[in-house]
Amino acid sequence: MSNKIKKLEGITKESTEAMINDVLAVYPEKARKKRAPHLGANDQGSGNACVKSNKKTVPGVMSARGCAYAGAKGVVWGPIRDMVHVSHGPVGCGWYSWGTRRNLVTGINGVTQFAMQFTSDFQEKDIVYGGDKKLRTLLEEARELFPLAKGISVLSECPVGLIGDDINSVAKTASKDMGIPIIPCNCEGFRGVSQSLGHHISNDTIRDYIIETREFAEPETPYDIALIGDYNIGGDVWSAKPLLEEIGLNVKAVWTGDGELEKIAATHKVKLNLIHCYRSMNYMCKVMEEKFGIPWHEFNFFGPTKIRESLRSIGALFDETIQANVEKVIAKYDPIMQGIVEQYKPRLDGKKVMLLVGGLRPRHTIGAYEDLGMECVGSGYEFAHTDDYDRTAPEMPDATVVYDDPSEYEFEKFADALRPDLIGSGIKEKYVFQKMGIPFRQMHSWDYSGPYHGYNGFEIFARDVDMAVNSPTWKLVKSPF
Amino acid sequence: MRQIAIYGKGGIGKSTTTQNTVAGLASLGKKVLIVGCDPKADSTRLILHAKAQATVMDKVRELGTVEDLELDDILKVGYGDVKCVESGGPEPGVGCAGRGVITAINFLEENGAYTEDLDFVFYDVLGDVVCGGFAMPIREGKAEEIYIVTSGEMMAMYAANNIAKGILKYASSGKVRLAGLICNARKTDKEYELISELARRLGTQMIHFVPRDNQVQRAELRRMTVIEYSPEHPQAQEYLTLAQKISDNKMLVVPTPLEMEELEELLMEFGIMEAEDESVVGVAETAAA
Repeated sequence: MSNKIKKLEGITKESTEAMINDVLAVYPEKARKKRAPHLGANDQGSGNACVKSNKKTVPGVMSARGCAYAGAKGVVWGPIRDMVHVSHGPVGCGWYSWGTRRNLVTGINGVTQFAMQFTSDFQEKDIVYGGDKKLRTLLEEARELFPLAKGISVLSECPVGLIGDDINSVAKTASKDMGIPIIPCNCEGFRGVSQSLGHHISNDTIRDYIIETREFAEPETPYDIALIGDYNIGGDVWSAKPLLEEIGLNVKAVWTGDGELEKIAATHKVKLNLIHCYRSMNYMCKVMEEKFGIPWHEFNFFGPTKIRESLRSIGALFDETIQANVEKVIAKYDPIMQGIVEQYKPRLDGKKVMLLVGGLRPRHTIGAYEDLGMECVGSGYEFAHTDDYDRTAPEMPDATVVYDDPSEYEFEKFADALRPDLIGSGIKEKYVFQKMGIPFRQMHSWDYSGPYHGYNGFEIFARDVDMAVNSPTWKLVKSPF
Repeated sequence: MRQIAIYGKGGIGKSTTTQNTVAGLASLGKKVLIVGCDPKADSTRLILHAKAQATVMDKVRELGTVEDLELDDILKVGYGDVKCVESGGPEPGVGCAGRGVITAINFLEENGAYTEDLDFVFYDVLGDVVCGGFAMPIREGKAEEIYIVTSGEMMAMYAANNIAKGILKYASSGKVRLAGLICNARKTDKEYELISELARRLGTQMIHFVPRDNQVQRAELRRMTVIEYSPEHPQAQEYLTLAQKISDNKMLVVPTPLEMEELEELLMEFGIMEAEDESVVGVAETAAA
C-alpha cells in the first residue's frame, strides 16, 4: 500500500458526487434515502469506508446478490474435492449452482473427487412429511456408491428451514453409524442479506465439526502454512501454491480450492494462515488465532507489484532463508513480468476499468490493472462489509466512485457517465454492457479463463484484458449510448 | 355450491359438529363434500364408519408424487352419499402440515372434486390457524362462509375472537364472511346469553345452541353420527335444526372483532372473569401469605 494520493484527470469529489446525485434523482424518496449512503466518492487518504454496506437490498431494484446457501455451497464447501456435498431441498438450488464457479479440482470424478450434483430433490411429500428420512437414505447411498469420499456436507436450502427438518440430528446419527464426518450446515437461503452470511455460517460449521479432528502425517516444520480463501477459480491455487512453495513454505492445507477435508481438519497445526479472500474466511482465521494462537496475514497475488509487496510482507514473518528465497523468486520473475508489461502496456495504457464483483476482487485486482497502465474509475462489491471498504479506500484512486450492492440501473448510469474501456463483473451484467458497446470480462469465473493468481496468472490476465479491450469487434458495434 | 369452513379452538368439537350437521344436510337431501384439513384426519370417520380414511398426503407419499394420484384413490362416499376427503399430513413435530392442506386442496381443485351437483363443501380445519396452510380453505375462490364453533369457556371465546380477526383480514381483500357462531354447549354459566352477546358484538348471530348430550359420544363410539345412530333422539333433532338453519342462512357479515379489554369486560359482565387485581399479578402463593 502506498501513502501517495492518486488523482485521476477529470474526476473530483464534486464530479463524483454530482454523478451520484444524478443517479439517485430518479428514485422515490424512500429508496433514495436508503441507497444514498451506499454510494460515495473515495477518500483515499482516510483509509476508511466511504459507503454503508451489508444491508438489505432495497426492494424493487435489480441486485446482483446471491443467498446464504450460495455462499455455503458455491464458495466455502463446494470446492472441497474429496467430500460429497448434498444440496438438501428441491433440485434447482443444487443444479444451478453446479460447477458455475469454476472451482477446479484434481482427482477422478466419482472416485476420488466428487464434483457432481447431489440433491435430495424435495417433492411435495418431503415438505409435508419432512425430508429427514430421505436424507438418511441419501447419505447411506452416497456412502455406498462413493466409498472414497472422506465426508459429506449437508447444505440446507430454504424449505428445510421453513419446515424445521432436523438435519443436525440426522447428520449426527448417520456420522456415527457410517464412520465418516457428516456435516450439517444450516445455510438456508433466506438467512441474512446476501451470500456473506453463508460464508460465516460455513466457517462456524468448520469450527464446530472439522477443525482439530485430524493431524498431519508429516512432522511439523517452522514453515508450515495454510493457504486460506483461495477457491481455485480457473486453477488459481495451482498458481499460488507453487509460488508459496518456491519461497520455501510448506502449504499444508488449502481452504478450500481443490481442498481436502482431512488437511483442512488439521490446519490448527500450521504456523501461519495466509488469507487471500478476507471476506469469506476471516472468521476462521480469527478463530484459529484465538484458539490456537496462529497468526494470519493478508496478501494479494494479482499483478507483479502486489505479488512483490505480498511476498516481501510474507517473508518478513519468517527467517532470513525465506526472505532470501523471496528476493530470488522476485528477481527470477520480475524480468518475465517486465516482458509482459512491455508487451501489453502500450495497448492498454490510460484505459479505464470499472469493477463490481464479490467480496475481494473489487480491491485486490486494482493493482494488476495498474501494472498494465490502466486506471480503476469505479469499484464496488455485492456483499462486502465495512472492513472490506476500509481496505478498498487506499487501493482506489482518490474521489473515484464506490458503490455497494448497486442496482443494475446505478451501475449502467455510472458506466454511461464514466465511459470505461472495460467492465469486470458477473454474467448478469455482461450482456448489458456489451450491448452498450463496452468491453466486458466476467470476473467471478475469470470468463472461462484463468488462473489469474500469481505470476503465471498475470500473463493470462494481461492477455485476456487486452483481448477484451482491443478486440476489433467493438469497432463494428454502433451503440445508441 | 356453497363452500363452508368450520373453525374453532382445538378440542371444541368441530369435527363432531361438522359431521353431525353434514349428516343433517344429507337427510335434508343435500349433496355434500367434507374436506378434512387436519393431519389427525378425524373429520370423516363418523360418516365413513372408519377409523381413518386414506388421506391425500398418505397416497402422495405412497405413490411418490401428487401427479400420480387419482381422485378415486382418496375420495370415499359414506352415509347419505356424503363425499369424504382427508388432506392428512405428518406426525406432530416433523414436516409441514400446512403445506399438506395446500397440496390436498390444490389436488382436489385440479382433479375436479368440486362437481356441479354438490350443494355444500365443508372444510373442517385444525384448531389453530398457525400458518398460511390452514388459511387455505378461506383463500380467494374457496370457502366464503365461515362458522366458528365455540362454547362459554373463556379460551374458546378468545379463540373465536381471534378467528374473527383472521376473517376480517381476509374479508377486506375477498369475499370471506362470518356466517355465525355455533355454541357447542359445555354447560358453563349463562352460556346461551354469553355466546348470544359475543355473537352480537362480533356483528353476527349465534346460529344454534347445541346442548350437551352424551348420546353424541354413544354414537361416536360406534363411529356414527347421532342422526344415523338414533334419528329419533332429541339430539339428532338439534343437528337437523342446525343443518336447516345453515341451509337457510343468509346472514353473512364482515366481523367486528373485539379488543382484548372489550372481551374481558364482557366476561366480567357475565361473571366468568373477575376484575383484574394488579396487586396479585406475578406474586407466588407463599410470597402472598
